[in-house]
Amino acid sequence: MKVEVKFGGLGGQGIITMGFILANAAALYDGKEAVFTQDYSAEARGGASTSEVIISDERIDYPHVQKADYLVLMSMSAYRDYVHKLKGDGVLIVDSDLVKLPDEKRKVYGIPATKLAEELGNPIVANIIMLGFFAGVTKIIKPDSLMAAIKDRVPKRFWELNEKAFAEGLQYAEKNL
Amino acid sequence: MSEKHLKEGYYFWSGDVAAAEGAIAAGCRFYAGYPITPSSEIAEQMALRLPQVGGKFIEMEDEIASIAAIIGASWTGKRVMTATSGPGISLMNENIGLAVMTEVPVVVVNAMRGAPSTGLPTLVGQGDLMQAMYGSHGSYQIISLYPNSIQETFDLMFEAFNYAEKYRVPVMYLLDGLLAHMYERVYVPPKEEWEKKILWRKRAKEGFLPYQPEDDLVPPMPLIGEGYKIHATGLTHDESGYPNLTPQAQEKLVRRLNEKILKHEEEIWKVEEFMTEDADLIIVSFGGEARAVKSAVVEARKEGYKVGMLRLITIWPFPHKFIEKYSADFMVAELNYGQIYHKVREYAGNKVYKLNKMGGEIHTPDEILRKIREVMA
Repeated sequence: MKVEVKFGGLGGQGIITMGFILANAAALYDGKEAVFTQDYSAEARGGASTSEVIISDERIDYPHVQKADYLVLMSMSAYRDYVHKLKGDGVLIVDSDLVKLPDEKRKVYGIPATKLAEELGNPIVANIIMLGFFAGVTKIIKPDSLMAAIKDRVPKRFWELNEKAFAEGLQYAEKNL
Repeated sequence: MSEKHLKEGYYFWSGDVAAAEGAIAAGCRFYAGYPITPSSEIAEQMALRLPQVGGKFIEMEDEIASIAAIIGASWTGKRVMTATSGPGISLMNENIGLAVMTEVPVVVVNAMRGAPSTGLPTLVGQGDLMQAMYGSHGSYQIISLYPNSIQETFDLMFEAFNYAEKYRVPVMYLLDGLLAHMYERVYVPPKEEWEKKILWRKRAKEGFLPYQPEDDLVPPMPLIGEGYKIHATGLTHDESGYPNLTPQAQEKLVRRLNEKILKHEEEIWKVEEFMTEDADLIIVSFGGEARAVKSAVVEARKEGYKVGMLRLITIWPFPHKFIEKYSADFMVAELNYGQIYHKVREYAGNKVYKLNKMGGEIHTPDEILRKIREVMA
């Protein structure tokens, strides 16, 4: 098993955090080999932001995504920048309010993650909703592993909010698939 | 306060964090530095962790002061380190010469980024390989190591500190912009296990001369604060440590500074030989770039090409025996305009090809594969 995932969006959306949490979950809680790399522009917010995760049963040599199985996007500019990295039979997972793809021929799974996060009271957890949705759609990672990795990353006072956000994304996938 | 050491187990670390944790596990207790991308997280981790293990972290005003501070601290017997990147390593080079001349054990991490000058701060480069050896003025030897995974970044720190202490020499620990910011799983063994790996420097005995070498050409080191009166100078000196500005003293000292490393080079050499035994073409590589090379070698073998990889873990002293022992052609894949290529040519019996990228990203396996097909057609 080898899966390549690329995340893309804008600085401030938690794109790098998403990749880090997924790779951390795979490496420490699912017992897989995982590599996480990141790339960001100089701006703290609003610049392009991307991260990459490779998960495998075997040792990973080349650490970058060559052809992504999954492209997880939270901005239109990220779609334009990274769609060429997606495999022919690859899958797009997007924030459906921010990334509109009427002409895309490949499978697109959408969730209004940013809007749902605002409804939960804090748009900062949009990326965690995306991760829950990702887990539900792809089934490549155990939800418990992801939640454990979220708790590694997030201060304790935000655990409850993040648990709610993660569950929201997961349930959205179950309801809409 | 009780010391907070790493517990046995698995961690998910970047190269920077692994370098810092590896250094602390290997006994480093003093760090002075000035943050610069992509090495800054080493300083961050050291600032957090050193006080937890009874060590000291100092943020200095610049890189020149940073390396001066660790040279001073090393004289007290502490294992010491600094880390930098890009322009920072250029600033440190004058005092690397001072550490060579006064024979002070120090570990200097250089997370190589795109260069020259400020270049590409967040992106990978391999342009400082020759500088690692030849960056300071004069004719001397240092030791340079270069891992290619986050696990190896942790593990190899023990060798870095042991070599520095054993040979009283600066060890240039190379990382690159890819490894510095990339995360992988690291296994940390129990403390009793890694503590056994630590070698301490030879200590001066009663009635010593501070620069009187033993049979291994390395003088035992007296420690400041233990009652010794010693003189350490960057000027040419004799065994007493005081300046002796004669051709005879220069000949004796500079020869020994070189020979104390070269005499032990076989102990210092570390390489990974991957599918080299029957190879017609061996790709020489190191650091983050070697990960692309290994992927390409695996693919090329599937296509029937007899290709192997020689990964240099020790860059300096140059592990020439591993070039000389093969009669294959070589290709040197590196993120510069051609540096280690010239060293390989010096020792190779057959053709040597270049595969260069100027930095910013490592080669893709496809790019390497195309070059393999081209030269082996």
